[in-house]
Amino acid sequence: MVESLIPVLAGAIAAATPLIFAGLGELIAERTGVINLGVEGMMLTGAIAGFAAAADTGYGAAIGLPVGAIAGAATAMIFAFFALSLAANQAACGLALTIFGIGLSAFVGQHYVSYSLPGLQPLAIPLLSDIPLLGPVLFKQDAVVYLSFIAFASVAWTLSKTRLGLLLKAVGESPESAHAIGYPVLGIRYGAVAFGGAMAGIAGAYLSTVYTPLWVQNMSAGRGWIAVALVVFATWKPTRLLLGAYLFGAVTILQFHAQGLGIDVPVQVLAALPYIATIVVLVVISRDRRLLQLNLPASLGKPFLP
Amino acid sequence: MHLLEPRAQPSQIMRWTAPLIAIAATLVVGSLLFWALGKPALASFQVFFIEPLTSSNGWSELLIKACPLILIAQGLAIGFKARIYNIGAEGQLIVGALFGGGVAIYFEGSDSSLIIPAMVLAGAVGGALWGALPALLKTRFNAEETLTTLMLTYVATFILSYMVNGPWRDPEGMNFPQSVMFGDSALFGILLEGSRVNTSVFITLFAVLAFWLFNAKSFLAYQLEVGGQAPAASRYAGFSAQRTIWFSLVMSGLTAGLAGVGEVAGPVGQLNLNISPGYGFAAIIVAYLGRLHALGIVLAGFLMALIYLGGEAAQVSLQMPAAITGIFQGMLLFFLLGADAFIDNRLRTPI
Repeated sequence: MVESLIPVLAGAIAAATPLIFAGLGELIAERTGVINLGVEGMMLTGAIAGFAAAADTGYGAAIGLPVGAIAGAATAMIFAFFALSLAANQAACGLALTIFGIGLSAFVGQHYVSYSLPGLQPLAIPLLSDIPLLGPVLFKQDAVVYLSFIAFASVAWTLSKTRLGLLLKAVGESPESAHAIGYPVLGIRYGAVAFGGAMAGIAGAYLSTVYTPLWVQNMSAGRGWIAVALVVFATWKPTRLLLGAYLFGAVTILQFHAQGLGIDVPVQVLAALPYIATIVVLVVISRDRRLLQLNLPASLGKPFLP
Repeated sequence: MHLLEPRAQPSQIMRWTAPLIAIAATLVVGSLLFWALGKPALASFQVFFIEPLTSSNGWSELLIKACPLILIAQGLAIGFKARIYNIGAEGQLIVGALFGGGVAIYFEGSDSSLIIPAMVLAGAVGGALWGALPALLKTRFNAEETLTTLMLTYVATFILSYMVNGPWRDPEGMNFPQSVMFGDSALFGILLEGSRVNTSVFITLFAVLAFWLFNAKSFLAYQLEVGGQAPAASRYAGFSAQRTIWFSLVMSGLTAGLAGVGEVAGPVGQLNLNISPGYGFAAIIVAYLGRLHALGIVLAGFLMALIYLGGEAAQVSLQMPAAITGIFQGMLLFFLLGADAFIDNRLRTPI
């Protein structure tokens, strides 16, 4: 029984990986007070840019991921110009970025619809992969999954243990105070939004060059929005984000293993589960207003004009 | 990086010229985009924005596309004024289409003249229900409507996919995911001979008049607006925030549901996976571009319809993917938000 669960759990870890990247990026942006609803759009531009680079050069994900990161960060800068420099409504700017990103990626992607890439082979980590159950689930994955572990650890450590983390949080809690003592609030927010874009780009490029690995129009299929919801679910804390992402990975992967597990429901019901689950977790976390208020970055969504 | 500083008084001129500036910027940058892609800028501009309007067929197609956009945007504008951000009108449109289409399929073969009214009613109910769900989640559990309305859009897509792949699939449809073609009694009557313009335009026309009156005359509309602009004042005056949320989301769901019926009982003529080319999302831009004003939305709706038509023309004449429509929509919204920033702010004068 336990043996048969291993591929399901390993699949859940891989399915959660794009959510971890995109979610960590959005978490950092939101910690500085910027809510960027354009994650879906940035993921898609990252996905097509990464795929195009991987397909054209033949170097696969090794080139696809960095190119995806650059493309994601570049599109994030469009958002940043309007939402930060011009202090426009952040939610609407994010929506514009998503609409723009869906269009742009489909436009560029037209030339790449029939390509496919080799993807990445799993890389077993010596010793660790021999641990019963956990070994094959966590340590017989592709290299990008390990990268997501590192990204999580770096973000968590930066936020809780470093001066930079303190600065990011200060800007999100009270941009006026941070500005008054001489910190460049907009500069820091620009940086955080660029980081969020790069991480969303990596998430998209992971989908198109490793996970699927091919280009399909709109292939992120709402994962960017789920990542935004995960940040709320996580109450802006990296560890809870990681757990939430794995939970969603498991829900996502269920549709591919349902038959094997003897679950007999229409495929559309299983495919809709991650979105229904998003609503459920939002309800569960939001009903406790005090919990949200305690953790919400105080300036979230509010433009800053000194 | 700080480009702006607050104005002493909001600029009324900017409030009304911002949409024009945004449109002009979209046209200029769009033409540059064509040029960058190796297409002649002027000729592409001609294909995209002028040619669709040079034939009477073009104008009727424009009307067909503008109607659902205007209808949905009227409903959305109510919520946007009250700062209730329903971004899932696409899902409410789909559920409206499912309810209305369900009536058509259930009464297939009947030629009763009551089928169309029943479909319209069912579509309105379906859309309103799909809007009521996020209202319940917001009022009862404090869940953000932006995320819940959007997630429900994905859920609606899967319900549609299930219905047209399963119970409602046309048995003679060669296994395509689509329902039977609706009979004449389940289609809006053609209004202009030789075109696809049908009587559903009256629904949009009625909605425009109704929302115009509502915004100009009703106390409820005033309450909604106060709730959006000054939540504290609104609470102090005893206006109910709960009612605002319910009313905004149910009304916008209802109009989106009606638009869904207009599509399946109009140009589409059946249930399939392509009943809407993103009208629910585009209508968000239409609402803002039209300044959340009933008549402004009409103008904005026609412009957005032109972008859709231009996208189709570019596909045929310039061999460009239809996705160019999305690029133009995104640009338009960005430029509008950018121009809007100058209503309350002005460029910073260097010290």
